Amino acid sequence: MADLTMRIWRGDQDGGELVDYEIDSQEGEVVLDVIHRLQATQAPDLACRWNCKAGKCGSCSAEINGMPRLMCMTRMDQLPEGPITITPMRTFPIIRDLVTDVSFNFEMAKRVPAFNPPAMPEGGYRMQQIDVERGQEFRKCIECFMCQNVCHVIRDHEENKVNYAGPRFFIRYAELEMHPLDTNDRRELVREKMGLGLCNITKCCTEVCPEHIKITDNAIIPLKERAVDAHYDPVAWLGRKITRRTKRSAAEAAADRP
Amino acid sequence: MAVDDATITEVQLGGRRGGPDVATLRTDKWWKLPVTTVAVLSAFIVYATWAAFFGTSNFFYEAHNLLSPFYSPCLGSICKTQGVTSSPFLGWWQLSPALIILVFPLGFRMTCYYYRKAYYRSFWRSPVACAVQDAHSTYSGETRAPLILQNIHRYFFYFGLVFNVLLTIDAVQAFIWPGGGVHMSVGTLVLCLNASLLWLYSLSCHACRHLCGGQVRNFSKHPIRHKLWKFVTPLNAKHMQFAWMSLIVVAMTDVYVRLVASGTITDFKIF
Repeated sequence: MADLTMRIWRGDQDGGELVDYEIDSQEGEVVLDVIHRLQATQAPDLACRWNCKAGKCGSCSAEINGMPRLMCMTRMDQLPEGPITITPMRTFPIIRDLVTDVSFNFEMAKRVPAFNPPAMPEGGYRMQQIDVERGQEFRKCIECFMCQNVCHVIRDHEENKVNYAGPRFFIRYAELEMHPLDTNDRRELVREKMGLGLCNITKCCTEVCPEHIKITDNAIIPLKERAVDAHYDPVAWLGRKITRRTKRSAAEAAADRP
Repeated sequence: MAVDDATITEVQLGGRRGGPDVATLRTDKWWKLPVTTVAVLSAFIVYATWAAFFGTSNFFYEAHNLLSPFYSPCLGSICKTQGVTSSPFLGWWQLSPALIILVFPLGFRMTCYYYRKAYYRSFWRSPVACAVQDAHSTYSGETRAPLILQNIHRYFFYFGLVFNVLLTIDAVQAFIWPGGGVHMSVGTLVLCLNASLLWLYSLSCHACRHLCGGQVRNFSKHPIRHKLWKFVTPLNAKHMQFAWMSLIVVAMTDVYVRLVASGTITDFKIF
Protein backbone atom coordinates (compact mmCIF):
# COMPACT_ATOMS: atom_id res chain seq x y z
CA MET A 1 0.00 0.00 0.00
CA ALA A 2 1.28 3.45 -0.92
CA ASP A 3 2.71 5.22 2.11
CA LEU A 4 3.54 8.56 0.58
CA THR A 5 1.30 11.40 -0.58
CA MET A 6 2.79 13.83 -3.07
CA ARG A 7 0.60 16.92 -3.42
CA ILE A 8 1.72 18.48 -6.68
CA TRP A 9 0.44 21.63 -8.35
CA ARG A 10 -0.79 20.86 -11.85
CA GLY A 11 -1.79 23.62 -14.22
CA ASP A 12 -0.80 26.29 -16.68
CA GLN A 13 -1.71 29.87 -17.64
CA ASP A 14 -5.39 28.93 -17.56
CA GLY A 15 -5.26 27.89 -13.92
CA GLY A 16 -4.49 24.83 -11.88
CA GLU A 17 -4.86 22.94 -8.63
CA LEU A 18 -3.04 20.71 -6.19
CA VAL A 19 -3.36 17.05 -7.13
CA ASP A 20 -2.60 14.21 -4.71
CA TYR A 21 -0.58 11.20 -5.86
CA GLU A 22 -0.15 8.13 -3.67
CA ILE A 23 3.11 6.29 -4.15
CA ASP A 24 5.43 3.92 -2.28
CA SER A 25 8.43 5.48 -0.61
CA GLN A 26 11.85 4.06 -1.44
CA GLU A 27 15.01 4.32 0.58
CA GLY A 28 17.57 6.97 -0.35
CA GLU A 29 15.39 8.99 -2.70
CA VAL A 30 15.35 12.70 -3.24
CA VAL A 31 12.21 14.60 -4.25
CA LEU A 32 13.21 14.63 -7.91
CA ASP A 33 13.46 10.81 -7.90
CA VAL A 34 9.86 10.57 -6.72
CA ILE A 35 8.75 13.06 -9.36
CA HIS A 36 10.44 10.91 -12.00
CA ARG A 37 8.76 7.76 -10.65
CA LEU A 38 5.41 9.55 -10.82
CA GLN A 39 6.11 10.53 -14.42
CA ALA A 40 6.95 6.92 -15.20
CA THR A 41 3.94 5.40 -13.46
CA GLN A 42 1.04 7.77 -12.89
CA ALA A 43 1.53 11.18 -14.50
CA PRO A 44 3.43 10.97 -17.79
CA ASP A 45 2.40 14.51 -18.66
CA LEU A 46 3.76 16.06 -15.43
CA ALA A 47 6.14 18.84 -16.50
CA CYS A 48 9.29 19.54 -14.53
CA ARG A 49 12.63 21.02 -15.45
CA TRP A 50 15.77 19.10 -14.46
CA ASN A 51 19.21 18.32 -15.74
CA CYS A 52 22.16 17.29 -13.59
CA LYS A 53 20.56 15.70 -10.49
CA ALA A 54 23.63 16.87 -8.58
CA GLY A 55 22.73 20.36 -7.37
CA LYS A 56 24.94 22.05 -9.92
CA CYS A 57 22.71 23.03 -12.83
CA GLY A 58 20.04 24.93 -10.90
CA SER A 59 17.23 23.61 -13.08
CA CYS A 60 14.95 21.78 -10.65
CA SER A 61 14.08 24.70 -8.35
CA ALA A 62 10.63 24.37 -6.85
CA GLU A 63 8.84 25.00 -3.56
CA ILE A 64 8.76 21.97 -1.30
CA ASN A 65 6.36 22.34 1.61
CA GLY A 66 6.34 26.05 0.85
CA MET A 67 10.11 26.64 0.91
CA PRO A 68 12.20 27.15 -2.26
CA ARG A 69 14.56 24.19 -2.64
CA LEU A 70 16.29 22.16 -5.32
CA MET A 71 14.28 18.97 -5.84
CA CYS A 72 17.45 17.00 -6.56
CA MET A 73 19.05 17.99 -3.26
CA THR A 74 16.08 17.48 -0.96
CA ARG A 75 16.12 14.06 0.63
CA MET A 76 12.72 12.50 1.18
CA ASP A 77 13.71 11.14 4.61
CA GLN A 78 14.44 14.66 5.84
CA LEU A 79 10.94 15.93 5.13
CA PRO A 80 8.29 15.79 7.86
CA GLU A 81 5.53 13.19 8.01
CA GLY A 82 2.38 13.84 6.01
CA PRO A 83 1.66 14.96 2.46
CA ILE A 84 4.55 16.65 0.68
CA THR A 85 3.51 19.71 -1.25
CA ILE A 86 5.43 20.54 -4.42
CA THR A 87 4.62 23.80 -6.20
CA PRO A 88 6.41 25.80 -8.88
CA MET A 89 8.45 28.90 -8.04
CA ARG A 90 5.90 31.51 -7.05
CA THR A 91 7.58 34.65 -8.36
CA PHE A 92 7.67 33.78 -12.05
CA PRO A 93 4.83 33.18 -14.53
CA ILE A 94 3.83 29.57 -14.87
CA ILE A 95 4.41 27.65 -18.09
CA ARG A 96 3.11 24.28 -16.95
CA ASP A 97 3.03 22.27 -13.71
CA LEU A 98 6.43 22.82 -12.06
CA VAL A 99 7.99 24.74 -14.94
CA THR A 100 8.11 28.54 -14.78
CA ASP A 101 9.16 31.25 -17.18
CA VAL A 102 12.34 32.70 -15.65
CA SER A 103 13.08 35.12 -18.51
CA PHE A 104 12.80 38.05 -16.06
CA ASN A 105 16.23 37.01 -14.85
CA PHE A 106 17.70 37.02 -18.32
CA GLU A 107 16.40 40.55 -18.89
CA MET A 108 18.08 41.68 -15.69
CA ALA A 109 21.28 39.91 -16.71
CA LYS A 110 21.38 41.98 -19.91
CA ARG A 111 21.31 45.17 -17.86
CA VAL A 112 24.53 44.47 -15.97
CA PRO A 113 27.27 46.63 -17.52
CA ALA A 114 29.95 44.23 -18.61
CA PHE A 115 33.39 43.80 -17.09
CA ASN A 116 35.50 46.61 -18.43
CA PRO A 117 39.25 46.22 -17.85
CA PRO A 118 41.82 48.86 -18.77
CA ALA A 119 43.91 48.51 -21.91
CA MET A 120 46.13 45.45 -21.73
CA PRO A 121 49.45 46.44 -20.17
CA GLU A 122 52.68 45.01 -21.44
CA GLY A 123 53.02 41.53 -20.03
CA GLY A 124 49.30 41.05 -19.59
CA TYR A 125 46.95 41.58 -16.69
CA ARG A 126 48.13 40.68 -13.20
CA MET A 127 45.94 39.91 -10.21
CA GLN A 128 47.07 38.95 -6.73
CA GLN A 129 45.57 35.89 -5.07
CA ILE A 130 43.85 37.90 -2.31
CA ASP A 131 41.97 39.86 -4.99
CA VAL A 132 41.03 36.71 -6.87
CA GLU A 133 39.70 35.05 -3.71
CA ARG A 134 37.30 37.86 -2.94
CA GLY A 135 35.04 37.19 -5.90
CA GLN A 136 35.27 33.40 -5.82
CA GLU A 137 32.26 33.04 -3.54
CA PHE A 138 30.03 34.84 -6.04
CA ARG A 139 31.20 32.59 -8.88
CA LYS A 140 29.61 29.61 -7.12
CA CYS A 141 26.15 30.81 -8.18
CA ILE A 142 24.35 28.10 -10.21
CA GLU A 143 21.51 30.41 -11.27
CA CYS A 144 18.75 28.34 -9.73
CA PHE A 145 16.96 31.69 -9.15
CA MET A 146 15.63 30.58 -5.80
CA CYS A 147 16.98 33.80 -4.27
CA GLN A 148 15.01 35.76 -6.84
CA ASN A 149 11.97 33.61 -6.15
CA VAL A 150 12.00 34.04 -2.39
CA CYS A 151 12.72 37.79 -2.47
CA HIS A 152 9.49 39.41 -1.30
CA VAL A 153 10.30 42.61 -3.22
CA ILE A 154 9.16 40.90 -6.42
CA ARG A 155 7.46 37.80 -5.03
CA ASP A 156 4.73 39.87 -3.38
CA HIS A 157 4.99 43.08 -5.42
CA GLU A 158 4.95 42.35 -9.13
CA GLU A 159 5.25 46.04 -10.02
CA ASN A 160 8.79 46.16 -8.62
CA LYS A 161 10.06 43.79 -11.31
CA VAL A 162 10.49 46.71 -13.69
CA ASN A 163 13.43 48.14 -11.76
CA TYR A 164 14.76 45.48 -9.48
CA ALA A 165 17.78 43.36 -10.33
CA GLY A 166 17.29 40.99 -7.39
CA PRO A 167 19.78 39.11 -5.20
CA ARG A 168 21.25 36.99 -7.98
CA PHE A 169 22.31 40.07 -9.91
CA PHE A 170 23.32 42.04 -6.85
CA ILE A 171 26.03 39.45 -6.35
CA ARG A 172 27.07 39.98 -9.96
CA TYR A 173 27.19 43.75 -9.43
CA ALA A 174 29.13 43.24 -6.21
CA GLU A 175 31.60 40.92 -7.88
CA LEU A 176 32.27 43.45 -10.62
CA GLU A 177 32.47 46.36 -8.19
CA MET A 178 35.07 44.46 -6.15
CA HIS A 179 37.08 43.45 -9.19
CA PRO A 180 40.45 45.24 -9.16
CA LEU A 181 40.69 45.33 -12.95
CA ASP A 182 37.21 46.61 -13.68
CA THR A 183 36.89 50.31 -14.44
CA ASN A 184 33.12 50.75 -14.47
CA ASP A 185 31.37 52.44 -11.58
CA ARG A 186 27.95 50.84 -11.18
CA ARG A 187 27.02 52.32 -7.79
CA GLU A 188 24.59 54.93 -9.06
CA LEU A 189 23.08 52.50 -11.55
CA VAL A 190 22.46 49.87 -8.93
CA ARG A 191 21.04 52.41 -6.49
CA GLU A 192 18.85 54.30 -8.91
CA LYS A 193 17.71 51.83 -11.53
CA MET A 194 18.38 48.37 -10.17
CA GLY A 195 16.43 48.82 -6.93
CA LEU A 196 19.16 48.32 -4.34
CA GLY A 197 17.17 50.48 -1.92
CA LEU A 198 14.17 48.17 -2.25
CA CYS A 199 16.07 45.38 -0.55
CA ASN A 200 15.33 45.45 3.18
CA ILE A 201 17.98 42.83 3.94
CA THR A 202 15.66 40.25 5.45
CA LYS A 203 18.17 37.65 4.25
CA CYS A 204 15.76 35.15 2.72
CA CYS A 205 18.01 34.99 -0.34
CA THR A 206 20.88 33.83 1.85
CA GLU A 207 18.66 31.31 3.63
CA VAL A 208 17.62 29.52 0.45
CA CYS A 209 20.91 29.63 -1.50
CA PRO A 210 21.93 26.01 -2.21
CA GLU A 211 25.54 27.11 -2.67
CA HIS A 212 25.54 28.85 0.73
CA ILE A 213 26.64 32.15 -0.75
CA LYS A 214 26.38 34.89 1.89
CA ILE A 215 24.39 37.02 -0.52
CA THR A 216 23.27 39.64 1.96
CA ASP A 217 26.39 39.99 4.09
CA ASN A 218 28.98 39.75 1.34
CA ALA A 219 27.21 41.31 -1.65
CA ILE A 220 24.08 43.34 -0.91
CA ILE A 221 25.24 45.10 2.25
CA PRO A 222 28.67 45.94 0.76
CA LEU A 223 26.81 47.32 -2.28
CA LYS A 224 24.54 49.37 -0.03
CA GLU A 225 27.58 50.75 1.79
CA ARG A 226 29.18 51.62 -1.55
CA ALA A 227 25.98 53.41 -2.53
CA VAL A 228 26.25 55.36 0.73
CA ASP A 229 29.83 56.30 -0.21
CA ALA A 230 28.69 57.47 -3.63
CA HIS A 231 25.41 59.14 -2.79
CA TYR A 232 24.34 59.54 0.83
CA ASP A 233 27.44 60.21 2.91
CA PRO A 234 27.77 64.02 3.26
CA VAL A 235 31.38 63.83 4.41
CA ALA A 236 32.35 61.68 1.42
CA TRP A 237 30.49 64.14 -0.83
CA LEU A 238 32.35 67.08 0.72
CA GLY A 239 35.63 65.25 0.34
CA ARG A 240 34.97 64.68 -3.34
CA LYS A 241 34.07 68.35 -3.80
CA ILE A 242 37.20 69.57 -2.03
CA THR A 243 39.52 67.20 -3.82
CA ARG A 244 37.49 67.60 -7.04
CA ARG A 245 37.36 63.87 -7.44
CA THR A 246 34.67 62.29 -9.45
CA LYS A 247 33.13 59.11 -8.10
CA ARG A 248 35.67 57.26 -10.19
CA SER A 249 39.33 57.65 -9.48
CA ALA A 250 41.50 59.41 -12.03
CA ALA A 251 43.18 56.13 -12.86
CA GLU A 252 39.86 54.47 -13.53
CA ALA A 253 38.65 57.31 -15.73
CA ALA A 254 41.91 57.35 -17.65
CA ALA A 255 41.60 53.66 -18.31
CA ASP A 256 38.45 54.29 -20.32
CA ARG A 257 40.09 56.72 -22.72
CA PRO A 258 40.97 55.36 -26.14
CA MET B 1 28.97 52.34 -17.20
CA ALA B 2 27.55 51.66 -20.58
CA VAL B 3 24.59 49.34 -20.76
CA ASP B 4 24.04 47.95 -24.21
CA ASP B 5 20.60 49.47 -24.83
CA ALA B 6 20.09 47.47 -28.00
CA THR B 7 19.77 44.27 -25.98
CA ILE B 8 17.44 45.67 -23.32
CA THR B 9 13.79 44.80 -23.57
CA GLU B 10 10.97 45.65 -21.21
CA VAL B 11 10.24 43.30 -18.35
CA GLN B 12 6.89 41.71 -19.02
CA LEU B 13 4.68 42.06 -15.99
CA GLY B 14 1.71 39.92 -15.19
CA GLY B 15 1.10 36.38 -16.28
CA ARG B 16 -0.55 33.86 -14.01
CA ARG B 17 1.68 32.40 -11.35
CA GLY B 18 1.73 28.78 -10.35
CA GLY B 19 0.72 27.38 -7.00
CA PRO B 20 -2.34 28.08 -4.88
CA ASP B 21 -3.13 31.66 -3.84
CA VAL B 22 -2.42 31.30 -0.15
CA ALA B 23 -0.14 33.30 2.16
CA THR B 24 2.23 30.38 2.60
CA LEU B 25 2.48 26.63 2.19
CA ARG B 26 5.16 26.29 4.83
CA THR B 27 4.45 23.56 7.35
CA ASP B 28 7.30 24.23 9.79
CA LYS B 29 7.05 26.52 12.83
CA TRP B 30 8.26 29.60 10.97
CA TRP B 31 6.44 31.92 13.39
CA LYS B 32 8.62 30.97 16.37
CA LEU B 33 11.51 33.27 15.53
CA PRO B 34 9.47 36.44 14.87
CA VAL B 35 7.41 35.86 18.01
CA THR B 36 10.59 35.50 20.08
CA THR B 37 12.06 38.61 18.50
CA VAL B 38 8.95 40.65 19.25
CA ALA B 39 8.91 39.41 22.86
CA VAL B 40 12.58 40.18 23.58
CA LEU B 41 12.72 43.52 21.77
CA SER B 42 9.42 44.66 23.32
CA ALA B 43 10.66 43.71 26.78
CA PHE B 44 13.83 45.70 26.19
CA ILE B 45 11.93 48.74 24.87
CA VAL B 46 9.59 48.72 27.89
CA TYR B 47 12.45 48.36 30.32
CA ALA B 48 14.64 51.00 28.63
CA THR B 49 11.72 53.45 28.57
CA TRP B 50 11.09 52.90 32.26
CA ALA B 51 14.80 53.26 33.04
CA ALA B 52 15.08 56.44 30.97
CA PHE B 53 11.96 58.23 32.15
CA PHE B 54 11.30 56.91 35.63
CA GLY B 55 14.43 55.20 36.87
CA THR B 56 16.14 58.43 37.83
CA SER B 57 17.40 57.13 41.17
CA ASN B 58 19.73 54.26 42.06
CA PHE B 59 21.55 54.38 38.72
CA PHE B 60 24.86 54.93 40.52
CA TYR B 61 26.35 52.84 43.35
CA GLU B 62 28.74 55.28 44.92
CA ALA B 63 30.42 52.84 47.31
CA HIS B 64 31.81 50.73 44.44
CA ASN B 65 31.83 53.37 41.73
CA LEU B 66 29.30 51.52 39.55
CA LEU B 67 27.42 53.64 37.00
CA SER B 68 24.56 52.28 34.91
CA PRO B 69 25.33 52.24 31.17
CA PHE B 70 21.97 53.93 30.53
CA TYR B 71 23.26 56.97 32.44
CA SER B 72 26.79 57.14 31.14
CA PRO B 73 28.12 59.75 30.59
CA CYS B 74 26.11 61.21 33.44
CA LEU B 75 24.82 64.56 32.24
CA GLY B 76 22.54 67.10 33.89
CA SER B 77 21.75 68.20 37.40
CA ILE B 78 20.47 64.81 38.51
CA CYS B 79 23.99 63.39 38.58
CA LYS B 80 25.11 65.45 41.56
CA THR B 81 22.10 64.37 43.59
CA GLN B 82 23.07 60.74 42.95
CA GLY B 83 26.67 61.39 43.96
CA VAL B 84 28.25 61.14 40.50
CA THR B 85 31.21 63.49 40.65
CA SER B 86 32.26 63.39 37.01
CA SER B 87 29.39 65.29 35.39
CA PRO B 88 30.98 68.26 33.67
CA PHE B 89 28.29 68.93 31.04
CA LEU B 90 24.73 70.20 30.86
CA GLY B 91 24.28 71.10 34.54
CA TRP B 92 21.09 72.94 33.55
CA TRP B 93 19.42 69.77 32.22
CA GLN B 94 16.68 68.86 34.67
CA LEU B 95 15.34 65.71 33.04
CA SER B 96 16.80 62.25 32.92
CA PRO B 97 20.25 62.19 31.27
CA ALA B 98 19.24 58.92 29.65
CA LEU B 99 16.97 60.91 27.35
CA ILE B 100 20.04 62.53 25.77
CA ILE B 101 22.29 59.51 25.86
CA LEU B 102 20.00 56.79 24.58
CA VAL B 103 19.38 58.53 21.25
CA PHE B 104 22.78 57.41 19.98
CA PRO B 105 22.83 53.72 20.96
CA LEU B 106 19.17 53.54 19.95
CA GLY B 107 19.96 55.08 16.55
CA PHE B 108 22.89 52.69 16.11
CA ARG B 109 20.70 49.68 16.79
CA MET B 110 17.70 50.96 14.83
CA THR B 111 19.82 51.43 11.70
CA CYS B 112 21.90 48.26 12.26
CA TYR B 113 21.67 45.84 9.35
CA TYR B 114 20.88 42.95 11.67
CA TYR B 115 18.17 44.73 13.66
CA ARG B 116 16.64 45.97 10.44
CA LYS B 117 16.18 42.39 9.40
CA ALA B 118 14.76 41.54 12.84
CA TYR B 119 12.17 44.29 13.02
CA TYR B 120 11.22 44.33 9.35
CA ARG B 121 10.37 40.69 9.75
CA SER B 122 8.90 40.59 13.23
CA PHE B 123 7.18 43.94 13.68
CA TRP B 124 6.55 45.13 10.15
CA ARG B 125 5.98 41.62 8.73
CA SER B 126 7.61 42.52 5.47
CA PRO B 127 7.91 39.54 5.21
CA VAL B 128 7.40 37.84 8.56
CA ALA B 129 9.35 34.81 7.31
CA CYS B 130 10.79 33.58 4.04
CA ALA B 131 8.16 32.49 1.50
CA VAL B 132 5.40 33.89 3.67
CA GLN B 133 3.34 36.62 2.05
CA ASP B 134 4.24 40.23 2.81
CA ALA B 135 1.65 41.83 5.09
CA HIS B 136 1.51 45.00 2.98
CA SER B 137 -0.02 45.59 -0.42
CA THR B 138 2.55 48.19 -1.49
CA TYR B 139 6.25 48.29 -0.86
CA SER B 140 8.96 50.89 -1.39
CA GLY B 141 11.68 49.43 0.82
CA GLU B 142 14.34 51.86 1.93
CA THR B 143 13.97 54.19 -1.03
CA ARG B 144 11.84 56.88 0.65
CA ALA B 145 11.70 58.82 3.90
CA PRO B 146 11.89 57.85 6.68
CA LEU B 147 13.53 54.51 5.87
CA ILE B 148 16.02 56.10 3.48
CA LEU B 149 17.63 57.47 6.65
CA GLN B 150 18.89 53.94 7.35
CA ASN B 151 21.77 54.99 5.11
CA ILE B 152 23.28 57.11 7.88
CA HIS B 153 24.09 53.98 9.89
CA ARG B 154 27.81 54.67 9.72
CA TYR B 155 27.38 57.95 11.61
CA PHE B 156 25.61 56.18 14.45
CA PHE B 157 28.48 53.71 14.35
CA TYR B 158 30.93 56.56 14.93
CA PHE B 159 28.85 57.86 17.86
CA GLY B 160 28.59 54.32 19.18
CA LEU B 161 32.37 54.12 19.34
CA VAL B 162 32.44 57.23 21.53
CA PHE B 163 30.00 55.59 23.93
CA ASN B 164 32.06 52.41 23.94
CA VAL B 165 35.08 54.44 25.02
CA LEU B 166 33.05 56.12 27.79
CA LEU B 167 31.68 52.80 29.04
CA THR B 168 35.17 51.31 28.99
CA ILE B 169 36.37 54.23 31.12
CA ASP B 170 33.46 53.56 33.51
CA ALA B 171 34.47 49.91 33.74
CA VAL B 172 38.09 50.85 34.50
CA GLN B 173 37.02 53.47 37.04
CA ALA B 174 34.87 50.87 38.79
CA PHE B 175 38.09 49.13 39.84
CA ILE B 176 39.13 52.23 41.76
CA TRP B 177 37.70 52.89 45.20
CA PRO B 178 36.12 56.32 45.60
CA GLY B 179 38.67 56.99 48.36
CA GLY B 180 41.63 55.51 46.42
CA GLY B 181 42.98 51.97 46.01
CA VAL B 182 41.99 49.17 43.69
CA HIS B 183 39.29 46.55 44.16
CA MET B 184 37.31 44.06 42.17
CA SER B 185 33.71 43.06 42.67
CA VAL B 186 31.05 41.27 40.69
CA GLY B 187 29.86 44.73 39.64
CA THR B 188 33.21 45.63 38.05
CA LEU B 189 33.15 42.37 36.10
CA VAL B 190 29.59 43.08 34.96
CA LEU B 191 30.66 46.52 33.66
CA CYS B 192 33.66 44.92 31.90
CA LEU B 193 31.45 42.30 30.27
CA ASN B 194 29.04 44.99 29.13
CA ALA B 195 31.78 47.15 27.62
CA SER B 196 33.40 44.12 25.92
CA LEU B 197 30.17 43.01 24.31
CA LEU B 198 29.42 46.52 23.10
CA TRP B 199 32.88 46.66 21.50
CA LEU B 200 32.30 43.32 19.83
CA TYR B 201 28.90 44.45 18.60
CA SER B 202 30.36 47.66 17.16
CA LEU B 203 33.43 46.07 15.59
CA SER B 204 31.33 43.35 13.98
CA CYS B 205 29.07 45.97 12.37
CA HIS B 206 28.72 45.84 8.59
CA ALA B 207 29.53 49.54 8.27
CA CYS B 208 32.73 48.95 10.26
CA ARG B 209 33.68 46.09 7.95
CA HIS B 210 33.11 48.32 4.94
CA LEU B 211 35.06 51.24 6.36
CA CYS B 212 37.94 49.01 7.50
CA GLY B 213 38.58 47.68 4.02
CA GLY B 214 35.43 46.49 2.33
CA GLN B 215 35.20 49.62 0.22
CA VAL B 216 38.51 49.10 -1.60
CA ARG B 217 38.61 47.35 -4.94
CA ASN B 218 42.13 46.18 -4.63
CA PHE B 219 43.19 44.44 -1.42
CA SER B 220 46.70 43.80 -2.67
CA LYS B 221 47.33 47.54 -2.90
CA HIS B 222 45.94 48.21 0.59
CA PRO B 223 47.55 45.57 2.82
CA ILE B 224 46.76 47.29 6.14
CA ARG B 225 43.11 47.75 5.26
CA HIS B 226 43.02 44.15 4.06
CA LYS B 227 44.34 43.04 7.47
CA LEU B 228 41.72 45.14 9.25
CA TRP B 229 39.02 43.69 6.99
CA LYS B 230 40.27 40.16 7.68
CA PHE B 231 40.14 40.91 11.42
CA VAL B 232 36.55 42.19 11.45
CA THR B 233 35.13 39.73 8.91
CA PRO B 234 34.92 36.76 11.34
CA LEU B 235 33.40 39.10 13.91
CA ASN B 236 30.89 40.26 11.32
CA ALA B 237 29.76 36.68 10.85
CA LYS B 238 28.73 36.71 14.54
CA HIS B 239 27.05 40.12 14.39
CA MET B 240 23.61 38.75 15.20
CA GLN B 241 24.88 36.95 18.30
CA PHE B 242 26.75 40.04 19.51
CA ALA B 243 23.66 42.18 18.84
CA TRP B 244 21.49 40.04 21.10
CA MET B 245 24.09 39.44 23.79
CA SER B 246 25.04 43.10 24.08
CA LEU B 247 21.38 44.16 24.17
CA ILE B 248 20.51 41.77 26.97
CA VAL B 249 23.70 42.42 28.95
CA VAL B 250 23.34 46.21 28.80
CA ALA B 251 19.85 45.87 30.33
CA MET B 252 21.07 43.35 32.91
CA THR B 253 23.93 45.68 33.84
CA ASP B 254 21.45 48.46 34.51
CA VAL B 255 19.34 46.08 36.58
CA TYR B 256 22.40 44.95 38.56
CA VAL B 257 23.54 48.50 39.36
CA ARG B 258 20.03 49.45 40.48
CA LEU B 259 19.74 46.39 42.69
CA VAL B 260 23.03 47.02 44.48
CA ALA B 261 22.45 50.79 44.68
CA SER B 262 19.05 50.26 46.25
CA GLY B 263 20.48 47.74 48.74
CA THR B 264 18.39 44.86 47.41
CA ILE B 265 21.49 42.74 46.81
CA THR B 266 25.13 43.07 47.83
CA ASP B 267 27.87 43.65 45.29
CA PHE B 268 30.11 40.72 46.23
CA LYS B 269 33.71 41.86 46.64
CA ILE B 270 36.37 39.60 45.11
CA PHE B 271 39.36 41.57 46.50
